[in-house]
Amino acid sequence: MTLTQQDIDQEIAAEHAAYEKRIADGAPVEHQPRRDYAPYRSSVLRHPKQPPITIDVTKDPELVELHSPAFGERDITEIDNDLTKQHTGEPIGERITVSGRLLDRDGRPIRGQLVEVWQANSAGRYAHQREQHDAPLDPNFTGVGRTLTDDDGHYHFTTVQPGPYPWRQHLNAWRPAHIHFSLFGTAFTQRLVTQMYFPSDPLFPYDPIIQSVTDDAARQRLVATYDHNLSVPEFSMGYHWDIVLDGPHATWIEEGR
Amino acid sequence: MTKIDTSRPETVLPTPSHTVGPFYGHALPFPGGGDIAPVGHPDTITVQGYVYDGEGNPLPDAFVELWGADPDGNIPQVDGSIRRDPSSGGYLGRNGVEFTGWGRIQTDANGHWYARTLRPGARGRSAPYLSVCVFARGLLVHLFTRIYLPGDEAALAADPVLSQVPEARRGTLIAKDDGKGTYRFDIRLQGEGETVFLEFQ
Ligand SMILES: [Fe+3]
Repeated sequence: MTLTQQDIDQEIAAEHAAYEKRIADGAPVEHQPRRDYAPYRSSVLRHPKQPPITIDVTKDPELVELHSPAFGERDITEIDNDLTKQHTGEPIGERITVSGRLLDRDGRPIRGQLVEVWQANSAGRYAHQREQHDAPLDPNFTGVGRTLTDDDGHYHFTTVQPGPYPWRQHLNAWRPAHIHFSLFGTAFTQRLVTQMYFPSDPLFPYDPIIQSVTDDAARQRLVATYDHNLSVPEFSMGYHWDIVLDGPHATWIEEGR
Repeated sequence: MTKIDTSRPETVLPTPSHTVGPFYGHALPFPGGGDIAPVGHPDTITVQGYVYDGEGNPLPDAFVELWGADPDGNIPQVDGSIRRDPSSGGYLGRNGVEFTGWGRIQTDANGHWYARTLRPGARGRSAPYLSVCVFARGLLVHLFTRIYLPGDEAALAADPVLSQVPEARRGTLIAKDDGKGTYRFDIRLQGEGETVFLEFQ
């Protein structure tokens, strides 16, 4: 039997209601999705069933995980953060600028760290993917960028607005437009891979991936804000998206970073 | 809101994780991602294995990141893992001389991955280990684990993390010695022989 959007909608609603009940019963707010989230079918066989072993990092300052790998100027070329300049011609689509700050849980900037992004083109097609839907490829758009955060933790990308795309988990399954982000903190424990969305996307309620973040406020933190000050006159629409890395870090090793 | 006011600590809340999805292939992996050891270094080890799902099927769409100390137990703070060529805009690769300690390796169509890195030295009270972060399509939040190397039974027995793990599951964190500096480390995301995963607080 074909899995329909309605089937998935019901499962999403049930997961959301279960979370609301946990909160009502006094459980803590869940800032992160659960790895076991059946409306996203690929998670079913790919989440551990045993509880993790907890490591209290305050007990051991020598942990490898309290440090992060280093990246520097030689890991980046000057135009790596401008996805519209990687080919001889201009990509098709609405140009956008995406900017924000990379912060830790204490609100302190994470400096000089690597930010990687990837996305579909304006028609909703990823480059170099064989099994993708038949939206057009854009010879002038690869959809991959990287940058280092500056001294205030700022990052900045110029790109084109990605299109939504179908993904075949169920009949009529569409991903809301998004940009994938990969981030490093001052400690390996803060590692994060996530996705940034655009304001008021009508696909949000139907997408089990964004809905896997069952807490409404946490889910909102994945959505960028339109920022007219970031729009570049005669050039691009501006979006602001700050990122806060979870996970403990060692305050005593951060001086000078 | 996604503009964070750092003067109000209560608004500084974590950005949720999302799956890496299936389409990271043209963005994250890089040539030589698993060739972490400087060329010809005498302390080079090879670590290799498979990533399996709950039905024992290998994952062709996962990747691991390895992060470890050098043979003296020092943490590298060297950039250059993903050096790029300013003229072509392509990957230049590592320089083969410096040790960055970090690598990223995607599983192949058989679910297999490998890395050549330096044998890590011990730090603090821990037995030597490589830190591992696992990403995959379907995995909503990455998973941390560790690769401990067999051999020094006393160090392994005294390790504060291994001592927390029930005896029956401890072996999932210790690589198997295949001889000649080669080790096998499989990652099972679910089910029988499920790898022990770690959470840092
Ligand atoms: Fe995507």
